Amino acid sequence: MSFGGPEVCHTKQERLTMSESLQSAIKEICEVVGNDRTQMMEIVEQVQDRFGCVSSEAMDLIAQQMNCHRVEVMSVVSFYSFLSEKPKGTVVIRLCNDVIDLMKGANHAADAFRDELGIEFGETTPDGKITLEWTPCIGMSDQAPAALINDEVVTYLGSDGARNIARQLKEGTAPSKLVGRLGDGNNANDLVKSMVHNNIRNAGPVVFAEGIVKGDGLKKALAMSPREVINDVKNSRLRGRGGAGFPTGMKWDFTRQADGDKKYIFCNADEGEPGTFKDRVILTEKPDLMFEGMTIGGYAIGADEGILYLRGEYAYLRAFLDDVLANRRDAGLLGKNICGKGFDFDIRIVMGAGAYICGEETALLSSAEGMRGDPKNRPPFPAQKGYRDCPTAVNNVETFCKVTRILEKGPGWFSEIGSEGSAGTKLLSISGDCHKPGVYEVPFGIKLREVMDLCGAEDVQAVQIGGPSGRLVGKDSMDDQICYDHLATGGSLMVFSRKRNLLKKVLNFMEFFEEESCGYCTPCRVGNVLLRKKIEAIVNGEGEPADLEYLQTLGETVKTCSRCGLGQTSPNPVLTSLESFRDVYEAALKPALKDGSQPEFDIRAALRPAEAIAGRASSHFAE
Amino acid sequence: MAEKPKVATTSMAGCFGCHMSILDIDERILKLIDLVDFDKSPIDDIKEFTGRCAVGLLEGGCCNDENVKTLKDFREHCDILIAVGDCATMGGIPALRNNMSVKECLDEAYSTDNRKGPAVHNPDNIIPNDPELPLLLDKVYPVQHVVKIDYFLPGCPAPADTIWQSLVALLTDEPVELPYELIKYD
Repeated sequence: MSFGGPEVCHTKQERLTMSESLQSAIKEICEVVGNDRTQMMEIVEQVQDRFGCVSSEAMDLIAQQMNCHRVEVMSVVSFYSFLSEKPKGTVVIRLCNDVIDLMKGANHAADAFRDELGIEFGETTPDGKITLEWTPCIGMSDQAPAALINDEVVTYLGSDGARNIARQLKEGTAPSKLVGRLGDGNNANDLVKSMVHNNIRNAGPVVFAEGIVKGDGLKKALAMSPREVINDVKNSRLRGRGGAGFPTGMKWDFTRQADGDKKYIFCNADEGEPGTFKDRVILTEKPDLMFEGMTIGGYAIGADEGILYLRGEYAYLRAFLDDVLANRRDAGLLGKNICGKGFDFDIRIVMGAGAYICGEETALLSSAEGMRGDPKNRPPFPAQKGYRDCPTAVNNVETFCKVTRILEKGPGWFSEIGSEGSAGTKLLSISGDCHKPGVYEVPFGIKLREVMDLCGAEDVQAVQIGGPSGRLVGKDSMDDQICYDHLATGGSLMVFSRKRNLLKKVLNFMEFFEEESCGYCTPCRVGNVLLRKKIEAIVNGEGEPADLEYLQTLGETVKTCSRCGLGQTSPNPVLTSLESFRDVYEAALKPALKDGSQPEFDIRAALRPAEAIAGRASSHFAE
Repeated sequence: MAEKPKVATTSMAGCFGCHMSILDIDERILKLIDLVDFDKSPIDDIKEFTGRCAVGLLEGGCCNDENVKTLKDFREHCDILIAVGDCATMGGIPALRNNMSVKECLDEAYSTDNRKGPAVHNPDNIIPNDPELPLLLDKVYPVQHVVKIDYFLPGCPAPADTIWQSLVALLTDEPVELPYELIKYD
């Protein structure tokens, strides 16, 4: 699958032919998935793939074929950034503008693209060949700046590299031919062929251990009763690795006990939290560990179907992962009568299409059901009523890997690693101002200072822990432990040295949340805009002391009143930086204007249009 | 007898509805004038501030330079400014023009070239431009975008009882009591 690529038609005859072929193609695409309304993502992605966009006409045809309202199709197409109603270039360049990529010089690559292609971001070249766009974090912060060229990933993208790529694309080189030297490990696999590097800097004893035998954990699980499996997971004290840290065994117990004949296991591989990329490395190097964990989970809760929800940015891994699944079926580890124990379970992959919110589990389920990625009301929780209203357990990629190892080596082995409240190891994605960005598997309880030493971070001013939705901490936190009780993280650690302007980082995070808010509830849709505007004013030197209280109050309101995890955490960059770096804010503020005026209001600019029309100056506010 | 605190009011880009709502406190207006003197206000038609005021009530947002002048004048003369009603706090109905340019607004209102309806008789196609006329701002601003505002009373209009309770609380230095009925707007 690829996200890009229209065939531009000009003549009437061509358009007519296109219309006919569109109709028959849509009929075929819909029939392949059995005209199943919940497969809407798959359908629109395929239409986009074949025709370069999901045109207004295509939406009508899909609605007709699926016997649903046009608005149901349109709401999906308009929601996801990888889908488009208007035609895009045959090749779409998506340059990552996440905070780390910008620190590493993404703007130089951007200028080279602009210059060489003669277009701005958001535009397509006049010949319809190349579209240039920004995109939030694509999971390559350890090899930034990076971009997606259709599905291909290009890393360490300097201005020469960007210029070179633009030239080749203009000459008609296929994106797949842009990949030069392949990355390490499975990145060089024939089905992946990407220049991405794993950058595994610290291999711990659980996920990245040597000599793990495929199927060992699963066989041990199938020798036990499902209840015993859940007890093992509970006794291991495993908690979710996505960030929220809910006890995995308890979640599975709830799902097992929930009413319903049909249950589902979901693996959340929508790794969208900026600065996180550890799941990418698991998907590349340890997919068997993850799929095996899903299978064990399926056995434990009583599911016969598992779904891997893979973010659209990782489409380059899709063929490889499908192949891993096929091999597991051949080995009797998936499919009917697994390991001869009479357990049936299979896994399929559902693709995301560029929406951060879909990492939130209920939004992820909405998306997998073929709708906009809107979060659902909780309760009911997915464990009671999840995918297609059936009890569903949603776990993170890393969590499933841990499960497989727990079943293989025993819960005692696992719970002895780590700290008292947080058992086992944690995969950290470390990026930013350090010598060795990459993935680190460390035991929980490790101090932040030790992690900074490991990754070669000198002159640290601040660390963003857990991505933008986490916390910005400074030197006062260096002796705090990385664990659920102190510095909790889904894996992202971004290091900022003393030469960085922290307020600009906060601004970048707020721009990200403003863009990614789904718009459903007002506190999040409006509140994040107001927070961003105020931070922007402060960065531009227009802030004043009262603004800090405004930010605090507004941030707390957004956190308290938002409907889902996005808005409940989006003010964190502001609130935690206010807590840890109040002095940085204060240094950027100006004293309040004595006459009570708002410094951002510019009367001259506000009067300019009317003065031009009237041909006279304002009598109240002369120049 | 000690001098009574002064209250000033103004209506900028509003419809005077909030001033009607102030009058809608009915006979309590007699109690109010026991508590305060009115300074600059359309209620007593005093055009310029005569001295320092305790409270300024603001109706409407800022749509032209004269509004901005008035608002800054209020900020200068009043200890406490209260934005009354939705136009003051959010721009309200006048702010509907905010996604059009000033030129488009004037053309829509005065130009016979664009105007197809019967309401405009303007054969010479003149856009009024007397020097006395205030100049429009590029858009309509809520008052807190122009100067610091201390309190906000939303509503279209802000209900009379809400205005009354808030004023009395301020003037008597008591905590304001605004039960649910006074702050729900549907």
